[in-house]
Amino acid sequence: MHPPQTVRPSTDAAHSRRLGYSYRRHLGERFIEAILFLMAFISVVITLAIVAMLVSESLVFFEHVSLWDFLTDTQWTPLFDDAHYGILPLVSGTVVSSAVALLVAIPLGTITAIYLSEFAPFAVREIAKPFLELLGGVPTVVYGYFALLFVTPALQKIIPGLPGFSLLSAGLVMGIMIIPYVSSMAEDAMRSVPMHLREGSYAMGATRFQTALRVVMPAAFSGIAAAYILGISRAVGETMVVAIAAGMQPNLTWNPLEPAATITAYIVQVSLGDLPHGSIGYQTIFAAGLTLLLMTLAFNILGHVLRKRYREIY
Amino acid sequence: MADAPNQYKSEVKSLSFYYGAFSALKNINMRLHEKQVTALIGPSGCGKSTFLRCFNRMHDLYPGNRYVGEIILHPDNVNILAREVDPIEVRMRVSMVFQKPNPFPKSIYENVAYGLRVRGVKQRALVDEKVEEALRGAALWDEVKDRLNQLAYNLSGGQQQRLCIARALATDPEILLFDEPTSALDPIATASIEELIADLKDKVTILIVTHNMQQAARVSDYTAYMYLGEVIEFDVTDTIFIKPKNKQTEDYITGRFG
Repeated sequence: MHPPQTVRPSTDAAHSRRLGYSYRRHLGERFIEAILFLMAFISVVITLAIVAMLVSESLVFFEHVSLWDFLTDTQWTPLFDDAHYGILPLVSGTVVSSAVALLVAIPLGTITAIYLSEFAPFAVREIAKPFLELLGGVPTVVYGYFALLFVTPALQKIIPGLPGFSLLSAGLVMGIMIIPYVSSMAEDAMRSVPMHLREGSYAMGATRFQTALRVVMPAAFSGIAAAYILGISRAVGETMVVAIAAGMQPNLTWNPLEPAATITAYIVQVSLGDLPHGSIGYQTIFAAGLTLLLMTLAFNILGHVLRKRYREIY
Repeated sequence: MADAPNQYKSEVKSLSFYYGAFSALKNINMRLHEKQVTALIGPSGCGKSTFLRCFNRMHDLYPGNRYVGEIILHPDNVNILAREVDPIEVRMRVSMVFQKPNPFPKSIYENVAYGLRVRGVKQRALVDEKVEEALRGAALWDEVKDRLNQLAYNLSGGQQQRLCIARALATDPEILLFDEPTSALDPIATASIEELIADLKDKVTILIVTHNMQQAARVSDYTAYMYLGEVIEFDVTDTIFIKPKNKQTEDYITGRFG
């Protein structure tokens, strides 16, 4: 049997009232959506603007200097009368200081992450984590002076003849600085490995260490790789520590015991100097900046590929 | 059934278990018959999984848990709950299959070899042999023999669970624990696991927790009905299902409760 007609308010007036209300709600929703979109859009626009500026200013630079010279010349002396524009000395400084930093940060960061995620009792973790994060909050200029005034003299006692500025000292301190980034992300990745996987391993008679190494780390591989990539990007892009402790002299070397300028240190040097706007010397920083951007971009793409390829599948 | 003690694989003596202050198991006394299947049934939260996980000291992984009483493992008469007994030693003898298939992020081969690897077995030929034997034992060999190096996650849910059974078998355990092993599987995969459990009891003593009473009736030789942390009734499965002595058991079996 059909219910009585009065139960359903199906008059035209009732209908249009309901429609009107929902339309208004819809408008509000659209408005919020538009604001959210705008906010997200702004960051994309700013990124694109930076890239566009770097590229266009670099093009001006490359009108004067051939790409071939830029990539192959072994000297970087844009401020000298006999100007050479080879990016290699800056790249070598960047690569060596970053490599030293990563040799410190990746092992120590990973071990810290394994300890905090798999071994540390609750209380220890609750105390250690904020301290580690504090380490990441120390201004980089403080690390720079720490390298110059403490680590370098200490190293000079072990390695006689070590100059006052060196890639080794800057790299070591940079590594310490990066540990919290690596350990915190790697720990998050390991902690999000579900308990039932660990239990499966323990149930087979595995120890904590075997479980961490053979089950948890492989399961968290993509997150750990992302942590490493972030560490690499931080090291390559780090400015203050290397500007203060590695010296500002471009020097094509693969020896960490020597002083050398990195790309970032060079950009600081020129930005703070009094080179006239538009001069070729000034344009060099855009070419250097673009090189740096391409380097970090390459690592980010690598990280993305690794994440996609070894995504967590537990 | 003869009651000679050597027919018991394990004896549980006045076992109580506490999660902090909460008493999850109360004075359990029970026996596991050698090379028989014993099922634990009862409503959710009655403590059957908690009981099962005492047999491989799984509770040791979490702080604040406490065992009282004994679980004696024969033939060597050792109380596996004793403080001086290393839980890892216990887990070397008592394997477990979990509710949700939990293969490791490794190849099929390495999943099965895992127990041998953590025991430090290095000889390639021996590992190969054990892996094949375990996969055959878990009725999985024919399906995976041509892709042993593929990632275990490529297998279906039922295959993954059989892989976990193979992993548990590879180390020749004395007792195999199953914690609701089919609750995440479809009926066909469930049937194949049940068939497997029936085959496995020639080799190993089995303790299985199940939500499904028909499953308990199909696969087990002995059944314990648990309620609120106690074993209410423990007997031969047929007796429990046909002529339970306890009114509570009967109510649960007949579906009046639970």
